Amino acid sequence: MDNIVGKKTGLAVAANLTVAILVVLWLIPTIGLLVSSFRDRDAISATGWWRAPFSTEQTFRGRGDTETVTQDGALFILTGNVFDDPEVAPSFPDGPATISAFGTRGNNPGEYTAGTTADLGDGEALLINADGTYRYALPEDPGSRGPRYYIQAKTPPKFTLSNYETVITAGGMGQAFINTLTVTIPATIIPILMAAFAAYALAWMDFAGRSWIIAAIIGLLVVPLQLALVPMLQLHNQVGIGQSFLGIWLAHSAFGQPLAVYLLRNYMIGLPRDIIESARVDGGTDFQIFMKIVLPLSFPALAAFAIFQFLWTWNDLLVAKVFLPSGEATKVMTVKIADDLLGSRGGDWGILASAAFVSIAVPLLVFFSLQRYLVRGLLAGSVK
Amino acid sequence: MATLKLTNVGKTYGGTVDVLNDINLDIETGELIVFVGPSGCGKSTLLRMIAGLERITQGELQIDGRVVNDIPPAQRGIAMVFQSYALYPHMTVRDNMTFALKLAKKSKEEIDAAVSKAARILQLEPYLDRLPKALSGGQRQRVAIGRSIVRDPKVYLFDEPLSNLDAALRVATRIEIAQLKETMPESTMIYVTHDQVEAMTLASRIVVLANKGIAQVGTPLELYERPENEFVAQFIGSPAMNLLAGEIVETGPRTMVKLVGGGTAIAAVETQAADKGLKVNVGVRPEDLTSVQDGAPYIFEGKVNITEALGEVTLLYFDRVGDNDAVIGKLPGIHKGLRGTSVRMTAEPDKVQIFHNGQSLHYR
Amino acid sequence: MNPVFQGLLTILIGVGGIFAYFVLSNMLLDKVLFPAKGPNASRNINRANLIRPWLFLAPTIIALSLYLVYPVIGSFIRSLYNRSGDQFIGFGNYSSLIASPDFRTAFMNNVLWALFVPAVSTFLGLVIAQLTDKLSWGNIAKSIIFMPMAISFVGASLIWKFVYAIDPNLGIINAIRASMGLNPLDVLQLAFWNNFFLMAILIWVQTGFAMVILSAALRGIPEETIEAAVIDGANPFQIFMKIQVPQVTGTIVVVWTTTTILVLKVFDIVYAMTGGNFNTQILPSYMMQFMFRDDGRATAVAIVIMLIVTPVMIQNIIQARKEMR
Repeated sequence: MDNIVGKKTGLAVAANLTVAILVVLWLIPTIGLLVSSFRDRDAISATGWWRAPFSTEQTFRGRGDTETVTQDGALFILTGNVFDDPEVAPSFPDGPATISAFGTRGNNPGEYTAGTTADLGDGEALLINADGTYRYALPEDPGSRGPRYYIQAKTPPKFTLSNYETVITAGGMGQAFINTLTVTIPATIIPILMAAFAAYALAWMDFAGRSWIIAAIIGLLVVPLQLALVPMLQLHNQVGIGQSFLGIWLAHSAFGQPLAVYLLRNYMIGLPRDIIESARVDGGTDFQIFMKIVLPLSFPALAAFAIFQFLWTWNDLLVAKVFLPSGEATKVMTVKIADDLLGSRGGDWGILASAAFVSIAVPLLVFFSLQRYLVRGLLAGSVK
Repeated sequence: MATLKLTNVGKTYGGTVDVLNDINLDIETGELIVFVGPSGCGKSTLLRMIAGLERITQGELQIDGRVVNDIPPAQRGIAMVFQSYALYPHMTVRDNMTFALKLAKKSKEEIDAAVSKAARILQLEPYLDRLPKALSGGQRQRVAIGRSIVRDPKVYLFDEPLSNLDAALRVATRIEIAQLKETMPESTMIYVTHDQVEAMTLASRIVVLANKGIAQVGTPLELYERPENEFVAQFIGSPAMNLLAGEIVETGPRTMVKLVGGGTAIAAVETQAADKGLKVNVGVRPEDLTSVQDGAPYIFEGKVNITEALGEVTLLYFDRVGDNDAVIGKLPGIHKGLRGTSVRMTAEPDKVQIFHNGQSLHYR
Repeated sequence: MNPVFQGLLTILIGVGGIFAYFVLSNMLLDKVLFPAKGPNASRNINRANLIRPWLFLAPTIIALSLYLVYPVIGSFIRSLYNRSGDQFIGFGNYSSLIASPDFRTAFMNNVLWALFVPAVSTFLGLVIAQLTDKLSWGNIAKSIIFMPMAISFVGASLIWKFVYAIDPNLGIINAIRASMGLNPLDVLQLAFWNNFFLMAILIWVQTGFAMVILSAALRGIPEETIEAAVIDGANPFQIFMKIQVPQVTGTIVVVWTTTTILVLKVFDIVYAMTGGNFNTQILPSYMMQFMFRDDGRATAVAIVIMLIVTPVMIQNIIQARKEMR
């Protein structure tokens, strides 16, 4: 198609543009959250995340330095640099910035332009230059407490990891992360093992009722797992499993079976018949053929399902809410975010954002490194 | 090393669909038996039944006098070379060859000895540590054969082993298999193919399968020279044997047939007086036909419709002869100017077959 | 005990246990019950092969019947009992469901979801699949559109909560409104339309799925049919609508039904975004409202969901039986 003569370039431009817009639309929400997760609370409420990479005009306050007091006639003169002030300095780690305006009242911090002298009456006058040097003239001795002033200055963009520190240590996301891992790994490996054996039996072993079992599994693919919640939790309680990690592994392993068997069987049935038969003639039992021939050759399908199951169990909220106890010690990340953070810290966007990224970092890593297998698995499962 | 005996063997799918019926066959030690037949005749199914990959639904199969109907493939003492080679793609050549031996828990010395012997015979030594995908088609084929050699089976089974190779390689590998057979005179081999050249060159005996059963069993030359029925007559040889309708007019050690088209054929087939007047088909191979001068006796006279000069031979396609409009002649050398002319053709009596109801009178 | 160590240990026991089952049961079969030795070797091998499929299938069949087949029956029975489960009330839960305006809202919202989400995500997926196919950076674009598939519904909800925030310094929607001089608006409280803002989240997640599958289907179309259409004078739009789309109808149906089924299972988005308030409840989240509180009601809702899914299930089974023949 690419070589056809007389292709219209207008269409190509339109296609590029449309896709570009869609891609931006798709990315914006995630980027917004990612950027916000690195901003502190003040910055988030002061400006939109889309301004984060740019310098912003912000207001700071400090006090005249009384150490420097000198007397000039009736006036007491304070001099110095606002950027040396202990209240201001921490906001400018990279050194002084340019001051645009200053004032003496909190409700009008930009009353005077930098470099001009503000006459405050009774001989009191304040001059703050753009470079931060100031001269404060007072009619009476300020004592040990210098007078308040406000400045407005551009601050460089500032990013911090403090949200992540808070969320992982104090917020309990560290524990939740480990809990999620504890749920996910066995809940990924166990169903694969189970399903691989079953898929082999359904693909390459001959026995009565085989086609009915296959049909049943395909039917079960769509059964909503909501149905299982109440009766299975009841059963778990009766047999003593209760709400526990063991319970959630069993549940995830079972809920994953239909898709796993379906995917793996579809793949295994596509392996060359000759190879299986050759192994049979070579004297392999079905167990040996499965372990030594079929399993190694089915790696792509195993990988595809492993990714599915991993993403599904990692991201699951429903099964975790029902089959795990609700205590802090067993909360997985999704529950933590949905029930705890969205409730108690509903307003603290920095914490929420970083919690979200702690929870989606691993799936994203898996997704981008193993996308190939995921796509293959999706196709095997859907296109007939 | 091994004999096979098939008694009334048959295969039915799902209780209704017959694939093979009533197969009786004795195979002696050291034979190379080739199953040929048109596609769908069940030749591969028969081989897979011998291998144990398909259940035998009727009759009995014996290997070395032991009934093996219910014995799993690995216990039958057979090895099989598959059409697609069926090499295990994730194993090296060496692992492919030793897989069966390891499953049978053979000692390491035994395994090493078997592999190095097979690798030497098949010149696979340089490739032992490669994966199948790094080998050419011919090499893969040799590995597949090597995999069966190391097992030292009673019976080798080949399922169309050359059909995935290109034409040149096919000839070379065919010769290799023939040589391999010579180095192992004691081993029994069964070989399935749809290619009659393979069948003619390799077989000690050919089994022609058709219509769910055996059409004829015999050496390649028997099948060529004395086919038992019209099916075998037309299946073996290319172009196929010409069949011309007629009526027996003289009987005795030699039989004379008056043909519908006007000619007469004399065949070295013995008939009884009672056969006189029998409606028969006369069979003559295109390559046995020679042209004759006016006045001499001829089998048929036909107008040449099309000629095809192949260099070594020239094929003549005749206009309708008698009631047959697909008569072909094959003359050695190049013949120009025959197109559109009428030619009279004849053949030596011992090259002429007579069939009644599809069966050769020779075997009556 | 250190939780990490405990986790590792349980992983070892869980995974090792299931593996040991397969190895040991097959060993038992081949070495003890039916050894492939002695005078009956062949008969034993055949017998072992009769039993082996069931050894392979046993864990899966047990898991499936316990966790998916039994619950259909178990849930149904439970739904016939009252809140505490000690009194049989027949279809009482169902009739109170039908009488409840909340349930009707949830049902109607779910209908809306089931119509809108599959339609939009399939459409967008198809368009993106077609457009990206010819772009040099198409694969990168696809990766980005596909990415939300990896994110949990909870994570996605949080991401969008940010977009929908009322504060114009947080929510991009209100930032745009503010720049146009409009007052901030809480889109999640906007009657009726708030449903669509929730659906947008699922569409954002699901479009990548539709795109990947439809892209493969579009590539599977024989190139010759497109080339023939070019020679016949069809313009790109006509080629897409009249040649390509008709050839992937089957796949579109698969994508559409898969997404519809998903819509009936996802409770996370509503749960995390609005908690079902402001008339945004759908059946799965409505069910969770009763979970742990009134299991009779909860199971009744689950059975309703099951009933909605049943036609698709039957269709799938029929299709599978047909293909196996």
